[in-house]
This record gives sequence, structure tokens and C-alpha cells, in this order.
Amino acid sequence: MSDRLKIALLLAPALLLVGGLFFGGLAVGVVRSLGVSPALGGAGPTLAAYRTLLADPEFLRSLALSLHISVISTALAAIIGVAAALLLRRTFVGRGVATVLFQLNLTVPHLVGAIGILYLLSQSGLVARAAHGAGLIGGPADFPPLTHDRWAIGIILVYVWKEVPFIGIVALAQMQALGEDWESVARGLGASRWQALRHVLLPLILPGVLAASVIVFAFTFGAYEIPALLGQSYPAALPVLAWRRFTDPDLAARPEAMATALVIALLSAAMIWAYVRLVRRGVRA
Amino acid sequence: MERSPPLLRSVRVLSGILLIVWLVLPLVPLVVWSLARGWRYPDLLPDAWTLRAWDYALSAQSGVLPALWTTLVVAVCATALAVLVGVPAGRALGLHAFRGKALVEIAILAPVIVPGIAASFGLHAVFLSLGLTNGIAGVILVHLIPTVPYMTLVMAGGFANFDPGFEAQARSLGASRWQTFRHVTLPAIRPGLIVGALFAFLVSWSQYLLTLVIGGGRVVTLPILLFNFASAGRNDLTGAIAVLYVLPGVVVLILTARHLSGRSAALVAGLGR
Repeated sequence: MSDRLKIALLLAPALLLVGGLFFGGLAVGVVRSLGVSPALGGAGPTLAAYRTLLADPEFLRSLALSLHISVISTALAAIIGVAAALLLRRTFVGRGVATVLFQLNLTVPHLVGAIGILYLLSQSGLVARAAHGAGLIGGPADFPPLTHDRWAIGIILVYVWKEVPFIGIVALAQMQALGEDWESVARGLGASRWQALRHVLLPLILPGVLAASVIVFAFTFGAYEIPALLGQSYPAALPVLAWRRFTDPDLAARPEAMATALVIALLSAAMIWAYVRLVRRGVRA
Repeated sequence: MERSPPLLRSVRVLSGILLIVWLVLPLVPLVVWSLARGWRYPDLLPDAWTLRAWDYALSAQSGVLPALWTTLVVAVCATALAVLVGVPAGRALGLHAFRGKALVEIAILAPVIVPGIAASFGLHAVFLSLGLTNGIAGVILVHLIPTVPYMTLVMAGGFANFDPGFEAQARSLGASRWQTFRHVTLPAIRPGLIVGALFAFLVSWSQYLLTLVIGGGRVVTLPILLFNFASAGRNDLTGAIAVLYVLPGVVVLILTARHLSGRSAALVAGLGR
């Protein structure tokens, strides 16, 4: 058997499944978003759904909300994740516990984190009760709304809770792979702790951290269950809006649902492009 | 390594404590709720402790046990299929250089990064005409979207350190294809295979939206049930189900702890979502 044929046979089952299910699903979504569907009769391809979306204030507000959630969650998770990695590579009391919790957190489904944050931070949650006990607030209404709130604080906190360990472990693995030599040389040449960190370590781990951040951004942009549980009903995050239109009894809303979901996919595809570029640059560096 | 100044060391301990508290805090109310009887605002702790929520969760009426079973069947089947197609594909990517490899890698990576919502909406239309919606077979198939790429990429990493020369030696010494695989290839790729399969299981175990879209609410897995109870405000039962739902992850972590370090941890972290 020639090598080419062997490679093709090894890859074929996986590529057929991924191609058929993922790319096939996407392709059907594109066709349906263009209004071509047996259920709707023989209407030709049209960009009507996309035109409607761009003129729809609800869609635009949802898009803005989802971008707000993803940008802030990703930035916070990246900064705190790198800081946590810097902490965890040094010995200190409790380091073992923190490392185990880091790994444990990776296996906890997002939905569980969302419910935990709900019971912790809602206006009758654990923190509100503690605030009442400390005499800071009277009733639940005095506690600032941190869930189902305008600024999506609860949603962002779930993502930060889940993604700090993710970015932290990626950054930690990179630091371990680099070792101490680079910083030691910088310190030996007279750099301060801060300078060694700022000008030597951070630039070296940056490509990996950025690549991990891209994954976080795409995930937070496309996840449904967290904003569905913790978000306001208007405006809702983009995946929640897409799901609502997808389940609308009026079949005419389907093309818009497909188009909304495709906007999510399109933005994430741009993220993949960025990811591949970053990883390539990381390999070269 | 030089010794850190005392101030820096105290800052470390302090931020370490903060980090530990923050990581644990959201899980605390879930456990307390699952054991609480009458936990009204503004009480910081419940009036009394009880196993009532657990009794109900494990009884026939709640539907938790069938949901647990469904989640398990879906995850085991999706993982088995992902292993079957992911190991050969990982071998191709880990051992061989070929034209179009970068494109194949991007195609495999895409479903890991691009949220499943768009593909699942389109797939729903196709599955509808094939009679695969609202059933467990369709849900298993759609769970292959995240699990197959995950398994493939983990195995590509596993095969990258494997020398196929050992297989050729075994064959030249008279071993059959199966014997070669069983005694030479399998032991070499076993750590990656175990870690990959366990985490592929967790990937399927954590799916919510893919199950909802294709299962149409008829295939009730644990997260679907959990979401419903959480939205209905049944905090005690929600707490109990949430604890049950987290347990397999803890078990997987204990099983893989000795395989997890450095780069492999990053790989698992990168894809185990």
C-alpha cells in the first residue's frame, strides 16, 4: 500500500464525520439562512434574513452585549490567569491545594458554575445574606443586581471562574517548558524582577496565552446555557436570541435564526484564523 | 534561584488564599442547598440539615436516574466512536508529513473552536428528514462534533513521540498485524489514549446545547434536567443534581492525575471543553 493511500485511509473516517456533521451542518445552515427551504416553498436564495438582522435593533443590541461579555471575560481571564500561573510556579503555603483546585475546576461543566454563581450572587444569594448579616443591606432589593443584570456581571464572573484555570494552566505549562534560564540571564545582566518579567518572560509566553484567549473568546461568544440562566431577557446574548428564533413556532423566523447562528460561527472562524497565525508565530519564535 | 523578599512572599500567600477561596466559593452553595431544609433569606445557614433532596433525586419520580443513564450511554458511545476514528486519524497527523496537512489540521481544529450552535441548527434540518431528531442516536452523532476532533488532536500528540520502526521490527520477527498492534503500538500510545478517552467522555458529558437542539427536549440528559430544575427554582434538588453531575470529572481527574503534567495538561485544558 502506498503511503499516500495509507494516510488517506487513516484520515478518512474522522474527516468524513467532521466534514459531514460539522461542515455539512454549517453548509445547510448557510442555505437555510438564504431562505431556501422545502418547508417555505420554492423561494430563491435571498439575503433578506441578513438585511432584516442588520436593521433589527434587538439583534444589534444582542451582538453588542455578546461582544461586551466576550471581550471583558477574555481580558479578565487572561490577566488573572497569567497572574495565577506566576503565583503557582513558586512555592508557597497552599500551592498544592490551589493547583488541584485549578485542575478540578477544568472538569466542572459551565452549567454547574453558572448555577453556583447564581446561588452565590443573586439578590437572595449567599453574599447578599452575608451583607445582611453584616448590617450592610436591609432586604434583598438593597443588594446590587449581579445576576440578570444590565452589565452581564454574573455571566462574566462565571466565565472568569471557569477560564482563569484554563489560561492559567496553559501559561504555567509554557513557563515550565521555558525554565528559569531566560530570566536568570536577564537578572544577571542587571534587570529588576519587574523588568525580567515584563521584557523577558511575558513576551515569551504571549503567543500561547493569546492562542488560549482566542479559544476563550470564541467559546464565550457562542455558549448558550450560561447567558440563558444568568442573563436579562432583553437584550439577550446572541446564542440565546438565536435559540429563541430557532424555536419560534413561526417558521418564517428560521432563516433569521440560522443567520444569527452563522454570525456567531463567522466571528469564531475569524478567531481560528487569528489562532493559527498566533500558533505559527509562536512556533517560529 | 534567589530568595524572594518577605513582602513578596506574603503577597504570594495572600493571593494564594484569595485564589483558593474564589475557586471553591461558587461550589459551596450547591452543596449546602442539597443538604438544606428551609434555607430562607437572610439566614446564612439552613435551619436544619436533611437528605430529603438526595432521597428525592434518587427516587423514581425525579427522573434523575434515567437522565444519568442517558448521559452515560451517550457519552460512552460518543467516546467509543471518537476513539475508533480518532486514533487512526491521530496516527496520520502525528507520524506523517503530507500535502494538505495544514488544511486537514485546520478542518479538525475548527469544530473545537467554532461554537456548535450554527452547525447544529443546520444539522437539525438534515436529521429531521432522516428521522434522527428527538432520539438518542442523533444526539450521539452530534456529540461526535466536539469529541472526534478532540480525540484526533490528543492522539496526534501521542503518536508524535512514537517510533513506527518498532512495529516494523515486530513484523519482521514474525508478529501478526494484531499482535504488533496489541503488544507494540498499544502500550506506547496507552497514556494518551486513556487521557484522551476520559476527557472526550467529559466533553460529551458537559454538552448542553447540542443535546437540546438535536434531542429536542425529548432526550433528557443530566444537564438538561439540571437546567430545568435550576430555572424552576428547585434549589435543593438542583444542588443535589449538580453535585452528582460534577462527580465523574473528579473521578477522571484522580485517574489521570499521574498522566497530567506540563504540556499534556495544557493540551487537555485546551480541548477539554
